[in-house]
Amino acid sequence: MRRINTEQIRDTVEKLCIDANYNLGDDLITSLRSALEKEESPLGKEVITQLLDNAEIGRKEQVPVCQDTGFAIIFIELGQEVVLTGGDLREAINEGIKRGYKNGLLRKSIVKNPLDRINTGDNTPAVIHTDIVPGDKLKITFDAKGGGCENMSRSAMLTPAQGREGVINFVVETVKSAGANPCPPIIVGVGIGGTFDYSTLLAKKAILRPVGSNNNDKTIADLEIELLEKINRLGIGPQGLGGRITALAVQVEAFPCHIASLPVAVNIECHSHRTKTVVI
Amino acid sequence: MTEYIDLKTPLNDSTIEKLKAGDKVRISGVLYTARDAAHKRLIEMIESGKDLPFDVKGQLLYYVGPTPAKPGQVIGSAGPTTSYRMDTYTPTLIKMGLKGTIGKGGRSNEVLEAMKRYKAVYFAAVGGAAALIAKTIKRVEIIAFEDLGTEAIRKMEVESFPAIVVNDTKGGDLYNIGREKYKMPY
Repeated sequence: MRRINTEQIRDTVEKLCIDANYNLGDDLITSLRSALEKEESPLGKEVITQLLDNAEIGRKEQVPVCQDTGFAIIFIELGQEVVLTGGDLREAINEGIKRGYKNGLLRKSIVKNPLDRINTGDNTPAVIHTDIVPGDKLKITFDAKGGGCENMSRSAMLTPAQGREGVINFVVETVKSAGANPCPPIIVGVGIGGTFDYSTLLAKKAILRPVGSNNNDKTIADLEIELLEKINRLGIGPQGLGGRITALAVQVEAFPCHIASLPVAVNIECHSHRTKTVVI
Repeated sequence: MTEYIDLKTPLNDSTIEKLKAGDKVRISGVLYTARDAAHKRLIEMIESGKDLPFDVKGQLLYYVGPTPAKPGQVIGSAGPTTSYRMDTYTPTLIKMGLKGTIGKGGRSNEVLEAMKRYKAVYFAAVGGAAALIAKTIKRVEIIAFEDLGTEAIRKMEVESFPAIVVNDTKGGDLYNIGREKYKMPY
């Protein structure tokens, strides 16, 4: 048994929100630099250069890299040997978000009711996913999910007959119809299998892998490579102004599914990919 | 492609008609901001015959919801939001004399038609370059709907605000031109 006080979780979440929104990850920066080398369009190169300059300003001046500081998405992996003390876990996480968005001068982008649309004023509540795992550690991942790219995400229930080709067509069509809207160059998270809801969670988890990493399953890794190649033939390019680099990466997660089903979900992430993880 | 056209707001038809899809511009002067919630209110005001908080004639509208400013700064990060969500409202404003909008992503046919008919252009700013863009914003004043927070209408004074013409008054569309130029068969 190991005790973790939820106050520590609250303070960690506060720091994660700010860190993720100011300091883009090294994996993303490496990916953008490689995109700058590969891009053939002069305008596309100019856009990627501006994104790298912008990332530098965020880091040096400690300001948000994008004005849409996102919906706070929290993934918790809670070791089953951990005992939480000091209060409610969800309250602690939301208090951390509240403090992070206030103290980090981040934008409050959440409305209380989808129809009334009154801003909650503190960017809470977070969307919280909790997994119980073996061990005595607590892993917290924060992702600031922008609205523009989330809006371009899609899911479908394909038939088993549509198979691999059906998945490829759906993913490529989703990116094609999104065009310039989700702030390309994008990261494409794909979930295949599971159920209607679970495929979308897989797609979001896929985004959180290191940018450009391939799945350990070779058949899935091959699908990732083929999808990236096809997407980058669309010509959409950085910011949709034309070019070779429409996507920085395609990352796929798969799960077993029903004999009747082939769920597929595409979660699009903009180039401003803001995620950080801490293990307590 | 490396030359910039300097624009100073307010803009008139003859300046607007000279702009072509793909032109890079640097805008100085006043920009008004509005996004989803502010547009809804503006259109409701027009429908009920009320005066708008600012005269749209000759002006540019920037689709942005900035982060809060650090102490001593005029604004936080302030990049463009996706424009299509404003499409249902935009033709009405263009008809009233708005000369352009600044955002990111494609527009509807109704907006494109209104731009041709009433002489207006659509500019893209680089989405996600919000800290960089903020450096061109020199003064900011909230002029309406303060209760909307980040979505309030702001009057911004900008110097050399970077943008590119996506849709011009002749039907030119940089998103189509760019995509056609670089797309490959698969």
